[in-house]
Amino acid sequence: MKLRIFYKLGMRAVAGLASIVLSLTAFAADPLKVGFVYVSPIGDAGWTYQHDQGRLEMEKRLGDKVQTKYIESVPEGGESERVIRQFATDGYGLIFTTSFGYMNPTIKVAKQFPNVVFEHATGYKTAKNVGTYVARFYEGRYLAGIVAGKMTKSNVAGYVAAFPIPEVLRGINAFTLGMRSVNPAVTVKVIWVNSWFDPGREREAADVLIAQGADVVTHHTDSTAVVQAAEEAGVWSVGYHSDMSKYGPKSHLTAATHHWGNYYAKVAEDVLAGTWKSSNIWWGIKEGMIKLAPLNPAVPAEVQAYVMEQEMGIKDGAVHPFRGPIKNQDGEEVVAAGAVLSDEELATMEWYVEGVEGKLPK
Amino acid sequence: MDTIVGILLATLGAGTPLVFAALGELVSEKSGVLNLGVEGMMIVGAVCGFAVAAESGSLWLGVITSIVAGAGTALLFGVLTLTFQANQVAAGLALTIFGVGLSAYIGLDYTSVALTGMAQIHIPLLSELPIVGPLLFSLDPLLYLSFVCFAAITYFLYRTKAGLLLRAVGESPESALSLGYSVIAIRYMAVLFGGAMAGLGGAYLALVYTPLWVEAMTAGRGWIALALVVFATWRPARVMIGAYLFGGVTIIQFHVQGFGVDIPSQLLSTLPYLATIVVLVLISRDINTIRLNAPASLGKAYHPSV
Repeated sequence: MKLRIFYKLGMRAVAGLASIVLSLTAFAADPLKVGFVYVSPIGDAGWTYQHDQGRLEMEKRLGDKVQTKYIESVPEGGESERVIRQFATDGYGLIFTTSFGYMNPTIKVAKQFPNVVFEHATGYKTAKNVGTYVARFYEGRYLAGIVAGKMTKSNVAGYVAAFPIPEVLRGINAFTLGMRSVNPAVTVKVIWVNSWFDPGREREAADVLIAQGADVVTHHTDSTAVVQAAEEAGVWSVGYHSDMSKYGPKSHLTAATHHWGNYYAKVAEDVLAGTWKSSNIWWGIKEGMIKLAPLNPAVPAEVQAYVMEQEMGIKDGAVHPFRGPIKNQDGEEVVAAGAVLSDEELATMEWYVEGVEGKLPK
Repeated sequence: MDTIVGILLATLGAGTPLVFAALGELVSEKSGVLNLGVEGMMIVGAVCGFAVAAESGSLWLGVITSIVAGAGTALLFGVLTLTFQANQVAAGLALTIFGVGLSAYIGLDYTSVALTGMAQIHIPLLSELPIVGPLLFSLDPLLYLSFVCFAAITYFLYRTKAGLLLRAVGESPESALSLGYSVIAIRYMAVLFGGAMAGLGGAYLALVYTPLWVEAMTAGRGWIALALVVFATWRPARVMIGAYLFGGVTIIQFHVQGFGVDIPSQLLSTLPYLATIVVLVLISRDINTIRLNAPASLGKAYHPSV
């Protein structure tokens, strides 16, 4: 009995030594270890799914120069700090934290690991070794709005939204501006569900919007329930984050989709080359971070062509969703003709454009 | 008029998962077992039902699986608390955590599947009546089933000997035992029934209401069901009122938002909870009725030897 224990211990010691030796020899051609912290399960569509697609693309492009690992469903706050620190202590050289609520934990851990590069999505705090990145989601929203504005018959659109923060408001406003750029009679009804993720509630809100006359619905929440509700009710839908046409083959007009892969690959390359610098990235359609999902075949060819044209316009700067004249809900002009909202003004947006119904909750 | 019918219809849909889960928990608690694992049983029921429906293409097979899976999860709870007399509160909480995790694992391959939900049954002639037609005679089959469950449970608890026995076990297990009944066996049945009903609530969510599977899709409905049982002072009719009230106020506050009424949405979001609690507390405020209806041995482990 005793002998067997000694034997086991001995084997373990040998194995341990071997692994140390192995890791030392491997050190020479060590790949860059890249960690990803996700706020929700990856699933098949949605915010985290798109980030994971980005991770896979980075792997594909850099091959064995990188080695990635992700941890999903990490709650924002204290728990995330533990996960981020674990990555840093495990020798990860580059860590992506992909949710707004990871901001303070990321900054905190980054202070203790000055040699590790951190990239935080959607935040506003940077440090020497912490960069931030976010996409111009609103550009996709604007284009999707154009499609919706052309397709609506009732001239009422429904928007299921999570929380009244600038990012969501930019989306609502851009969608409304897009719709009204081709169909000034349109109004957009917004229902706040006060949750990022509750399919039942999202469904209920969509049903209510449809009952109140909306014949095109979209959402800024994480599930596909709104698209499904539209499919069942026989109205149009516009997806978000991912192409959701599978959940609404007939109803899904298009979706504003996110594509992080290009950026992730670039950051990893910069870190490997030693040229990485902290920056505040805000990429959009031009850089390919935002794309419009393939349009529903029911969208007439001339509308498709017009949308493509507008997309090109955004790429070369001729079109900007927030180019004046823009009026707010009270009919006051907030952006003068020809002027364009600055990134600073976009980042702190806290008002509805004309055409959005209901009062903004504050 | 259409709007009102629409609101009422949506209310039925929103309330039904709660009806199933809360009625099941009520039966379990009436036998003296407090099972805080409703959320866990519900979500395991939801994922198993969805998986089987997706593989077999039969929604009904899915519903049956949900029932079995809910009861199976409850069996685990029963073994812990009834056979091994573990603490019911701790075991129930553990069951919820376990259920949410397990369901995520089982559901890994099903997050991308889109199902067509259950079609409504239109009862000939009656469904063409104005107002009551769409409201009562053209619903989905599980909604009819929830009405049947309510009637059957009420009848069982208050009009049958077996129901009396179940309540007796919840009030005073010692007396039931001294009359020669097996407290543990009766409690097992009540717990399994509670699990089956929670599973059915999960099936309603994943197969009828939002026919998709995503992690944590029950989003706390199991906890609301639990609270409903207490606030309804363990009475089936009040559980129904509470569930529909909760569903109804949820829908109405969305309508209020959609019409652009100037009330902060955060406040509106709390309304379903507030309204349900206030109404149920008001109709159940008599302290004697609470004492009369609360099972006296609720949550206490039962040691046959003592």
